[in-house]
Amino acid sequence: MLKVSSNPHIRSKDTTSRIMQYVVIALLPATVFGVFNFGLNALLLVLVTVATTVLTEYIYDRCMKKKISIGDFSAVVTGLLLALNLPPKAPLWIGVIGGVFAIIVVKMLFGGLGQNFMNPALGARCFLIISFTSIMTNFDCDAYTGATPLAAIKAGEGAPGLLDMVIGQTAGTIGETSMIALLIGAAFLLAMKVIDLRVPGSYILSFVVFILLFSGRGLDPVYILSQLAGGGLMLGAFFMATDYVTRPITKNGQYVFGIFLGIMTGIFRIFGPSAEGVSYAIIIGNLLVPLIEKVTKPTAFGKKKTKKEAA
Amino acid sequence: MSEVNSEAKQGSMEVFFNGLVKENPTFVLALGMCPTLAVTTSAVNGLGMGLTTTAVLVLSNAIISLLRHIIPNRVRIPAFIVIVASFVTMVELLLEGFIPSLYSALGLYIPLIVVNCIILGRAESFASKNPVIPSIFDGLGMGLGFTVALTAIGAVRELLGAGEFFGVPVINKVLGGISSMIGREEPIEYVPISIFVLAPGAFFVLAALTALQNRVKRKMREKGQNADKIQSGCSSDCASCSDGGCAHRFVDVDGAPGSVADAKKE
Repeated sequence: MLKVSSNPHIRSKDTTSRIMQYVVIALLPATVFGVFNFGLNALLLVLVTVATTVLTEYIYDRCMKKKISIGDFSAVVTGLLLALNLPPKAPLWIGVIGGVFAIIVVKMLFGGLGQNFMNPALGARCFLIISFTSIMTNFDCDAYTGATPLAAIKAGEGAPGLLDMVIGQTAGTIGETSMIALLIGAAFLLAMKVIDLRVPGSYILSFVVFILLFSGRGLDPVYILSQLAGGGLMLGAFFMATDYVTRPITKNGQYVFGIFLGIMTGIFRIFGPSAEGVSYAIIIGNLLVPLIEKVTKPTAFGKKKTKKEAA
Repeated sequence: MSEVNSEAKQGSMEVFFNGLVKENPTFVLALGMCPTLAVTTSAVNGLGMGLTTTAVLVLSNAIISLLRHIIPNRVRIPAFIVIVASFVTMVELLLEGFIPSLYSALGLYIPLIVVNCIILGRAESFASKNPVIPSIFDGLGMGLGFTVALTAIGAVRELLGAGEFFGVPVINKVLGGISSMIGREEPIEYVPISIFVLAPGAFFVLAALTALQNRVKRKMREKGQNADKIQSGCSSDCASCSDGGCAHRFVDVDGAPGSVADAKKE
């Protein structure tokens, strides 16, 4: 009766696998919309990329004689996120190369899930953008031709209608176009308490403040909304910046992280040569996470803050 | 002075292979990373940089070894640099005159050979303590080890990043052969992974080749051959060596008091 096992006594039902399954479910609206929007090649790309990431992780585990870790669904999430970041008409081998790079170089070589210093899907996306620039920035497809909304705005051309951008009927990567579908998924994740608003909230807010100050357009609601809806910001803020492994653990650190991402994205989008900057911003943010955690480490309960004495 | 290190008796060939394999400056000692990462965008550039460095290394090792009793210990580094810099200047002018294409490809990295840590490292740890002949062979071995490493990195980067090998588009030729065999009218084109000719690719390839080399070493150890023990009077692996720059490698038996060779022995 009095024998008590060691703590913890109360366990939550959340396991890595369950959380990852929630993320997959939350990404489904955007995926389905992307496939509906862009057609068969988008579906094939998603399937091939997810299959590649899972298979790569399995083969790597087998070759290295490690425990097979594909049951935690993290490889599925990586593959899905990577596929949603690809242009709809990209050849299938792009998904294969990106998937292998994401799993082996960015994730497994650093020790697998929990050890990677950078979001694997984003790392692979940047690898692909640098390697195959012309393929990765060609968003022409059957439904839409020409530039993404952000590129059109940057070039000073007329952007597509605001409603199209919010619904997602514009050119872009498979999963980034539909703000509504992404927000439905994000709401699901928030409701299931898989993510909280600290990172995405501070990210989006600071980004809005930044473009208010520096875009030179002042308070132009159409411009601001198209910056929010027309690119990869929603996908990045809710699904990639919130990655448990590569965001800071500390509460304050998460605000700092979000604000940093907002400022970096603003700099890339307004002052950079390319119209988009979410993925690079998040990757740079990922690299700074250890530093942010070090600075924002909370003091332990009961411990007095050491005051700096004046010299 | 009478204690002759048994290792000092090792033949010149052993010194030579030491630099080429067991103490390969790039893969084992991780020296000279700046040119390694910067100029290896193609196999030819790697080869050219390696051979240029080898020439400078052999000549400077020989001269420093000859002067090792004359150079005072306190000013040895400036003295080494002056010697190395004069050879680099000569090599640079020769390259500009006779191989201008390589000269323009290597660019700034030729004058930077002066501060290449392989050259200063070998001067400090080998040439200043050893007679001329072993020093020349040490320079040759280290230089060729550097050359092999640079050429290998350059070849892999060129192959993946441009689909070429020493300027020959091999991958497209092979793919063209395959496509004509299976009866495709349009040959399959290789899409180069251009990140490999950019800076990040250099890190990927260097890491992969170093890993490969470590794997070979481990396999040799499993077979009972000791690949870690380098033949330099050292008993441990270079990678885990706490002793910077192989300071006690060779003992110069006839070094004059007060010379560089003497100072290290205390």
